[in-house]
Formats: sequence, C-alpha cells, structure tokens
Amino acid sequence: MKSIIRFIPLILFFLLGILLYRGLFLNPQAMPSAMIGKPLPNFELPILKSLEQRVGRDDLKGSIVLLNVWATWCVQCKYEHPYLLEIARDPRIKLYGLNFTDDRNAALRWLKQYQDPYVFSIFDEQGALGLDIGVFGAPETFVIDHTGIIRKRFAGPINDKIWQKDFLPLIEIIEAEIVQGAS
Amino acid sequence: MQNLILSKISILQRFVRFVVSTMLLSILWLSSVSASPVDTFEFKDEATKLRFQTLSKELRCPKCQNQNLADSNSKIAVDLRKNLYNLLQEGMSDQEIIDFMVYRYGDFVLYRPPLKKQTYVLWFGPLIVLLGFIASLVFVLRKRSKARAGDINLSNDEQANLHDILNKK
Amino acid sequence: MIPELGHFSLIIGLAFALCLSIVPLIGVAQNNHQLINSAKPLSFGLFFFVAISIMLLAYSFTVDDFSVKYIAGHSNSLLPYYFKISAVWGGHEGSMLFWVFALTAWTLAVGLFSKQLEKEFVARVLAIMGMIAVGFILFTLLTSNPFERLLPNFPMEGRDLNPLLQDIGLIIHPPMLYMGYVGFSVAFAFAIAALMAGKMDAAWARWSRPWTVAAWSFLSVGIALGSWWAYYELGWGGWWFWDPVENVSFMPWLAGTALIHALAVTEQRNTFKHWTLLLAILTFSLNLLGAFLVRSGVITSVHSFAVDPGRGMYLLVLLAIAVGGSLTLYALRSSKVSSPSRFTLYSRENVILIAMSILVTATVTILLGTLYPLIIDAMGMGKISVGAPYFNAVFIPMMITLFIFMGIGPLIRWKKARKGELSKHLNKISIVSVLFGAAWPFFFAGEFNLMVFVGMTLGCWIFLAVLKDVFNHAKQADGRLKFSVVPLNHIGAAIAHAGIAVTVIGVTMVSSYEKEINVKMAPGETINISGYTIEYAGTKNVLGPNYSAIQGQMNVSLDGEFITLLKPEQRTYKVQSMGMTEAGIHTTLWRDIYIALGDPLGGNTWSMRIYYKPFIVWIWLGAFFMAIGGFLAILSKRYRKRVLINQQAIDQTNPVILQEA
Repeated sequence: MKSIIRFIPLILFFLLGILLYRGLFLNPQAMPSAMIGKPLPNFELPILKSLEQRVGRDDLKGSIVLLNVWATWCVQCKYEHPYLLEIARDPRIKLYGLNFTDDRNAALRWLKQYQDPYVFSIFDEQGALGLDIGVFGAPETFVIDHTGIIRKRFAGPINDKIWQKDFLPLIEIIEAEIVQGAS
Repeated sequence: MQNLILSKISILQRFVRFVVSTMLLSILWLSSVSASPVDTFEFKDEATKLRFQTLSKELRCPKCQNQNLADSNSKIAVDLRKNLYNLLQEGMSDQEIIDFMVYRYGDFVLYRPPLKKQTYVLWFGPLIVLLGFIASLVFVLRKRSKARAGDINLSNDEQANLHDILNKK
Repeated sequence: MIPELGHFSLIIGLAFALCLSIVPLIGVAQNNHQLINSAKPLSFGLFFFVAISIMLLAYSFTVDDFSVKYIAGHSNSLLPYYFKISAVWGGHEGSMLFWVFALTAWTLAVGLFSKQLEKEFVARVLAIMGMIAVGFILFTLLTSNPFERLLPNFPMEGRDLNPLLQDIGLIIHPPMLYMGYVGFSVAFAFAIAALMAGKMDAAWARWSRPWTVAAWSFLSVGIALGSWWAYYELGWGGWWFWDPVENVSFMPWLAGTALIHALAVTEQRNTFKHWTLLLAILTFSLNLLGAFLVRSGVITSVHSFAVDPGRGMYLLVLLAIAVGGSLTLYALRSSKVSSPSRFTLYSRENVILIAMSILVTATVTILLGTLYPLIIDAMGMGKISVGAPYFNAVFIPMMITLFIFMGIGPLIRWKKARKGELSKHLNKISIVSVLFGAAWPFFFAGEFNLMVFVGMTLGCWIFLAVLKDVFNHAKQADGRLKFSVVPLNHIGAAIAHAGIAVTVIGVTMVSSYEKEINVKMAPGETINISGYTIEYAGTKNVLGPNYSAIQGQMNVSLDGEFITLLKPEQRTYKVQSMGMTEAGIHTTLWRDIYIALGDPLGGNTWSMRIYYKPFIVWIWLGAFFMAIGGFLAILSKRYRKRVLINQQAIDQTNPVILQEA
C-alpha cells in the first residue's frame, strides 16, 4: 500500500506529460467562431455603392453565400483580392462583401482600382453587423448555407490551397443538402 | 480623425509586417503591445463607469495574445470597448452583456469561466485538493493518537533501535 | 572569430559538464577518492568556460557584431552600452545562455562552500548539477545557439532591442529571476543525492537550507522586479496580471516557500522528510515546466518567446528525463527515508503542515488555471480562457486562511502546545489586530470596507506575531530585552514574515482604494483625483538616444501646494518605429500618482489616464523585506559551523539537534 502511494507523484507527472505532449500539436491561436450553426443575425444596412439601397438578411438567402469581411485598412485583404475575383466566377456560390468599419470613399476607390468581385458590399461603418457575427478583424470569410445558417468562418486571406482544402468540400456538402431538400 | 486612425493602423501594420517578414519573433516580453489605450467615455453615472471598468477587465480581447479589453489597443478591442460602452448606456445588465458577448465570441471571451460540466474540475479542484490534505492529516493524527492510546509499545524500528542503544551501553 | 570562440567555449563547457555528471559518480561507486575529488575542479572548469562564452557574447554585443543573428535581432549601434549588455538576456537564445551561466555559477558556489560536507555527498550533488547543465547546454547548442552567424549577407545595422526592454527593470529583473529559478536546482540536487545515498538526516537539511533560502530570496526579488517593471513600463498601472508567464514564476515561489518550511522542520525536528524531498523535486520541476510553457508556445501569453515546436519537444524530453527520473527514484528509494513524527494536533509541526498544504494547494490551483485552457483544447471541448477573475476568486480565500496560520506558527511550541500558553500569546495580538483592521477603513476612507478590514487585520496579525516572537526570544530571565541573543536566522525569518505583512497591506490598500480617471485634457485644464490637483501645462518635444518623444508637462499639487512636475511620454523608437508609453509616476510611501498619455486629440489636447494608487510601493517593499530576511538567515552562524559527520551519532528515533563542533 505504502509503496503504491510513492508512485502517485510519478503517475500524476506522467499524465501531465501526455497533456503537454498533446499541447505541442495544438494551436492555441486557432480560434473557432462561436457563430457556427447559428443563423445569420438580422440587420438593416446600406450597400456600399448606394447609401439609399438598404439590405437585410433575406437579401442573402437562397443560395450558398460567401460573406467576405474586408476593409481598406486591411493589408491582407489586398493579397486576397485577386483570388476573390476568381472565386466570384464560381457559379455555385454568391460572393458578398462586408465592408467593415471603413471610410466609404476609400472603399469605393479600392473597388474601382482592383475591380469589384462582390454581388454587392454591405457598408457596415459602425461595425454593427461585424460584431453580431463575431468578427475579429479582416479579412474573414463566412459560408452561409441556403437556409441562412452560418456554416464556416475562415480568418485570414484565402488562396487556392485554402479554397480547395477548406471551402470546396463544405460547398459540396451543402449542395448535396440542397438536392436532398428538394427531392 | 480618420487620418489619425489610419496612421495608427499603418504603424501597427508596419509592426505586424516586420514581425511576419522576419519570422524571428524572439522578443522577450510583449511582442504585441505598444501603447496603453485610453478612452474618454462619458458615463451616465459613477456606477456605470465602475461596471465598465470591471467588465472590460473580465472580458478577453478575442484576437489578442492574452489581454483583456481594457488593456488592449488592438482594433477589435477598441471596437468592443465602444460596443460595451453603448450596451451599458442602453441599460443592459452585466449578465445580458456577458450573454451578448458569449453568443458572438464563445466562452473564450470570459476570463471568469462559467460554471458548467467542462469547468467543474477547474472550480472545485482546488477545494478537493485542500480537503484531501486535511483528510489525510486528520487520518494520520487519529491513527497516531490511537496507536499511542492503544499500547505504548514502540514500532519494530524503534524497538530495534532501542535494543541497539541499550546493547551499546 | 570572437563569436566562434564563444561557441567553442560553450562546447568545452559541455564537455566539462559531461565529465562532471559521470566521473564523480563512478568514483562514488568504486570508492575511488581521486575520481570523487575530481568533482570540484570539473565544476570550476564548467563555470570558467561558460563564463567565457557569455562574456564573449556580451563583448560581441558591445562591438556591434551584426553578423551574429542574435545580435542583429536584439541590438542596434544607437543602443546605449548598458542596454547592449542587458540585451544578452533580452531574447530567447541569450537568455538560455544566461540560464546555463547561472546554473554553472551555482554549481561553482556549491563546490566552493561545501568544505564541511562529506566528499561523496558533494560529488553526488555536483554530478547531478552537471547533468542538468548537460541538458541545458545541449538545448542551447542544438536549438537556440546565440552565436549563429548571418553569413555572408549580414545587415549593417541591428533591428534593435524591443523598446519595452530598454529599461533598468529589464537589466536586473531577468538575472534575479534566473538566479532564483536555477538556484532551486541545488535543493533538487541535494534531494536526489539523498535518495541515491539512501540517507537523509538533520545534517542534510542543515546543508540544504541556506541554498534553498538563497534561491528563494533571488526569486522573490526577481518576481517583485518583474511586477514593478510591468507597473511602470506598460502604462496600464497594473502590477499583476495572472498571465501564464507570471504564473510560472509564482508557482515555484509558492512551492519553494513550502520547501523552506519543510526543510526547517526536517532540520530541527528530523521529520517531514518526504515533504522535503517531494517539494524539492516539485519546485525544480515547476521551473523546468515554466521554461517549457514559456518557450514552446503551448500557452498563449502576452509575453511570448519565439515559438518553435522543436524547442518545445526538446524541453519536454528534458522535463520527462529530469522529473520522471527523479520521481521514479523517489518511488523506488524513498522507503529508506524514515520520517518519524510524534507531534500532536496543537503543535508548530501541525501549523506548518497546514501552511504547506495550503501553499501546495495554491500551487496546484495556479497550475490548473494556467493549463486548463490547454486541457479543454486537448480534449476537443472548445476554447476557454482562465484569467484574473478566476485566480482572484480562488486564490484570495486560500491566502486568507494561510495568513491566519502564519500568525500562529511562530508562537506555538514544537511537538505540543502548552495549555494556556498559546492563548496567552495570541489573545492580545488578535484583539489588537481586529481593532486595528476595523478602525483602519474608517480612518482612511470614512466608511467600513470588508476587504480592507480583512486585509489590514491579517497584515497586522502577521506582523505582531513575529514581533512578539522576537521579543519572546530576546527576553532574558531578569525581564530585560537582549536582541543580540536572537539567532540571525530567526531574525531573518521574522523579517521575511513581516515582508509578507507589508505586501498584504499594499495589495489590500491598492485594490480597494485606487482611483482611475480617463480624461481628455487641453493645455491649462486641471483635474482632481483623491484630493490632488493635476494641471496639464502643455507638451514638449524631447529627444532620447534612439527615440523621440512628446512629453506632457503635468503639475501635481495638493491643497494648493506644488508637489511635483510629472512628465509622461509618448515615445517613438526610430529603428522599430514603435510607439511606447512612458508613464510619469510620483512615488511616496503612502501613494503613487501615475499619469500615462493616451492619444493626441488635436490642438495639443490629449487623452490621459491618471491613477491614484495608495500604498502600492508596499507590495514590492514587502518582497524586498522577504529577500533581506532570506539573505540574513543565510548569514546565520549555524550554517557556517562545521558539522561533525558521524552517522552513528545521529539516532533516527530520537530527534537530536546536531552537536556543533
């Protein structure tokens, strides 16, 4: 009995060691979004190109939606931009922009200069919608399915590799769901 | 004002680029912070101000290394502080504000983890460890006093030692 | 050439460390005195070559050799020379070399000051320290070589030391901290040597005590300096953030505090030996764990080192060998260590036992809180944060309980308290403490405050208890007081306890009564904070050696009387183009006035953060008292007297204090 007690510290340390070993392969910075599986919250905001035209949740419904959070103050958005132009050509999805806490004139210039990949960009000057969907910064890209549920959030610039690995499989799943729902 | 924010952001960006480009972030202490943030919000009363100070210290800046909203100068922290201020001015209760933040950012934003299944060990672990110590202490003391009360006989070791000592003499 | 010499010197140091960890042990096993005696010269050689290595690195810093990668990343030709030298430990690689250097310095010290010890025992201790040195020199050489060159294309100018580190606090804080961390390796080596030899007696504890107390004192100063630095340098006015990096320094301090007390009992009562062994292993293990957590990137902290999984893996292996090995040794050999104890419920042994239990629980709690996000993440249950609100909620009640026992400890008898005597000692001081604690908040703020009551009562209680204890010891038979008869180690302990009281008072006061104002100020405007009037007179542009700054001119006055001109700065460092806040602080024993500039709002108007922090300096003052107490205790004559080593003379069943020759 007594001799077993003397092994207790060793056993505890062994458990700690396993944990630390596991920890080496985890990324403490990787932050999943809390909004996954939740419906896109309602909003009423103007679009960037015309302040009179106000849009809401229902304007983003019906197909697979990619909502890309961008701003002119965001360096990485510039890296991402050419690839967004490419994605926008994919017929399976609709790409919308969320212009986040930005200067409107600068944003309009940006779209003129680099071309506009978005169906339209929501102009979120105060960051209200951004906060409602738990945005950390820019760029971030949300995948919203045909029923208006947020399925994925990707933080950082998208490139071809990420698109193939992280987005396409999910898009295929949602497509299958659409087919199932229809039949 | 806009220029000011932009120039600040560009300093931040330059700093971030510096870090990323070198990939040599062997900087001891505080790679991500530079200046202390100061907001000059006007509160409707003293109690609201205190609630703001407490809440901004209990909520974590979601994108930062390990900083609360009060101490961080990052854009998201500035935005969230403004938002926190608005929610307080609107008259939301502390719990409503916490729920609001958790809905959007998850439990991660709480520096005081909520009590639930996953955190039972965290919250009750210390008490259990302490009770374990006390229990074993009581156990040992009782055993000892019982042994003493039961018989005045020495343990085997002690007996042997006593034997040695007596023999030597 | 010089950096290569430094590199080479470190390799020679490694060779010495290897020999040191093997040869003396062979000597002990074969009873070969020549080999046993080789331990000391080997430890001298180890120190010598590592010292040369770190001096060459410092030299390369002073001559701006930017072909060395580490120097290019952490220095700049404009940097003042003293910061160039302190930059040696300003980054991961150099701080590892400093770690190794501190370890060899302790090894040397053990070799030098162990004339009164058994030769075989010293040989074992030095060999174990040699093994630790092998582990860390290898780590430095393989994963974190500070002498690595950037050839052939090296930069003409260095990227500069992080501005936050260009500060007096960072010149002395890391060396103190590392001296503390590494110092506990001596206690660890003593414990392992005792397990290897299979014997552990009062003499062992007496040898081990001064080393442990020294390491603890260094660590106390190191932690206090870090806290002080964070307070004045970061501009947030906080002094403790419960960040993982702070926690990993605090855990060994708590465990080390428990260890000191266990050692005292082991020496004086010849019991608690298992506590002593396990705490020695635990304290050193926590230091290794700290190095792993800070340098592997497993945990998110504001203060992060370079994140490199290779380093993490190496450190984890090192941790597994050192801690796993020592705990295995404990499991197998500790049955040889008999620890007879015959004390009753009301005895000093028991009070210390309770105190140690609380300290260990506190250590475990901080470990749990620090690792919990990792645990949850590893089990795939999401991401959570554990921060200051959690630690305060669980830590404060534990400390309150601990402090109650801290007042009883010095006044209760060993083995069995005499009836009536204890209450006679305690009655008066407990009444005085409670009255003092209850009166204080009215006196200071005009209204009752529960936390202040508890904090001030406990501070007073701890202080009066040690004071009474010293008086009791100084009291002569004829009723006169003679303080020269109180042993130095006793006075040291009393001062260290009083230091805790001072820190408790500081923490209580500043947490309960600090005032914070965030305000927009235009030149000529004034603001009031806790009776002080602060006038913003405008800004000045000032130039430092490697930065330019805007300096606010703040006149502080009390009741119309001018006190001081505070000059908070907003600095821009040229090389890293990084903005930094330099707070303006006026310190007295009773309060700090703390002003930090926020953002310029146009037209010389600035947002500012102004604090009134009562008693804050007491927090660090207390820590310095603890260290002074520790160092005084080491000077005690009892540790320098030659102890007769005659194992037969030590009767295990009868706890005798050793005879001093």
